[in-house]
Amino acid sequence: MGSTQGRMVLDEGDLSRALTRIAHQILERNKGSSGLLLLGIPTRGVQLANRLADLISRIEGFDIPVGTLDVTLHRDDLRLRPSRTLTPTLIPVGGLEGRIVVLVDDVLFSGRTIRAALDAIGDIGRPSAVQLAVLIDRGHRQLPIRADYVGKNLPTAMHEAVKVSLNEIDGEDRVTISEVSGE
Amino acid sequence: MNRHLLSAADLSVEDALRVLDTAEEMSRVADAPVRKLPTLRGRTVVNLFFEDSTRTRISFEAAAKRLSADVINFSAKGSSVSKGESLKDTALTLEAMGADAVVIRHSASGAPHRLAHAGWLHGSVINAGDGTHEHPTQALLDSFTMRRHLRNGKGDLAGVRVAIVGDVLHSRVARSNVLLLATLGASVTLVAPPTLLPVGVEKWPCSISYDLDSVITKVDVVMALRVQLERMSDAFFPSAREYSRRFGLDTVRLARLPDGAIVMHPGPMNRGLEISAEAADGLRSVIVEQVANGVSVRMAVLYLLLAGAPLTDIDYKTLGPS
Repeated sequence: MGSTQGRMVLDEGDLSRALTRIAHQILERNKGSSGLLLLGIPTRGVQLANRLADLISRIEGFDIPVGTLDVTLHRDDLRLRPSRTLTPTLIPVGGLEGRIVVLVDDVLFSGRTIRAALDAIGDIGRPSAVQLAVLIDRGHRQLPIRADYVGKNLPTAMHEAVKVSLNEIDGEDRVTISEVSGE
Repeated sequence: MNRHLLSAADLSVEDALRVLDTAEEMSRVADAPVRKLPTLRGRTVVNLFFEDSTRTRISFEAAAKRLSADVINFSAKGSSVSKGESLKDTALTLEAMGADAVVIRHSASGAPHRLAHAGWLHGSVINAGDGTHEHPTQALLDSFTMRRHLRNGKGDLAGVRVAIVGDVLHSRVARSNVLLLATLGASVTLVAPPTLLPVGVEKWPCSISYDLDSVITKVDVVMALRVQLERMSDAFFPSAREYSRRFGLDTVRLARLPDGAIVMHPGPMNRGLEISAEAADGLRSVIVEQVANGVSVRMAVLYLLLAGAPLTDIDYKTLGPS
């Protein structure tokens, strides 16, 4: 278990600026917001996706669809842990068919969550493209997966823990890094 | 949650809500273009049915297949059981074949308990109905159906009033429902002739009435039980007509139900005996929905019992990042 404190890597302002930049990058790369759909991966990817959708709709002047994608049932490590509780998967009306889906997660680490997400998407529909936006890329990939949009690249050691706190859940916006005690 | 699901009484409020919430998510798979999840790939589920069943066996089979488990169906007819093979030898055979879960239906009350605790199997045992004892997944799908209609698919069933009408004596569905509904906070009234109530029913967490007409105006759910003629060796009521007149669900009684109340039946139905055709097919009836919900609930149970590692086997040191 990580300590609750740890070293601050992003404060409220940094986090907000990173998201604003990602919102602009998404629009630039896709030449506008037509056909865009954001899917947040629980838990904190959901809030990040909502914030990005807000930022994009403010820039473009109209709302873009945003949903959530629970990847638990497609994970490859189910047998290594006790059964996990599922969280809702909410796909916007119209589905994923032909859309440009931007997956949103808080921390990119081994890449296994994203692998599961890609499989889950395949069962729901066939988007024209899937892109990945993450707030933190902490390295240590175990699969050939990379993010298209990164808030901050954060070199870490395996024994360190990265904690993203968001106002909607944790009452504050910040990213901290700390030593994991024990192993 | 325990490794096995043998009785509705084994489920705490948290366990029960976890199954129902998981079932809500599982029900979305039925609407997806690809109605299959890879979650239980490589696991084997054996349906061990010593008693006839249509919906429960098919429901478990569909649930296991939607989660990509391998399913082996075993029915006593046409197996070595008809040559006199014991439950133990059957269990040892299944164990040798690597069964990760055994779904058992048996006419002897307590057979699933024996199977789970005799040390014959390493896998999970799920009770799919044992004698006149319990049928926990039926109770879970009934609660799931009630929660969808009366509580918008969320939370517990506090304040929901349920009448369970008919052959309580022979009904494993009634016992499991009373136990689970009490856990979830609903208030249950059993309505039956005194001859069809089991000994000791006064200790169950529910109230008892012999008069359906006085109860029916004050309930949110009325559940008719099948009159189990195949288990009846004595005369429990004077005639089918009299039973139907006093305890049958018909159009007249249905009209006296409060607004929004629903009609349930675990199936198979004796139309014209405990429920009239109009009641069974009417707008308040959720009987067909119960069957569909059965698949989602059984997917949830299989997922929660089988997908994760047993707590004792988890080596957190070798886990690595999630």
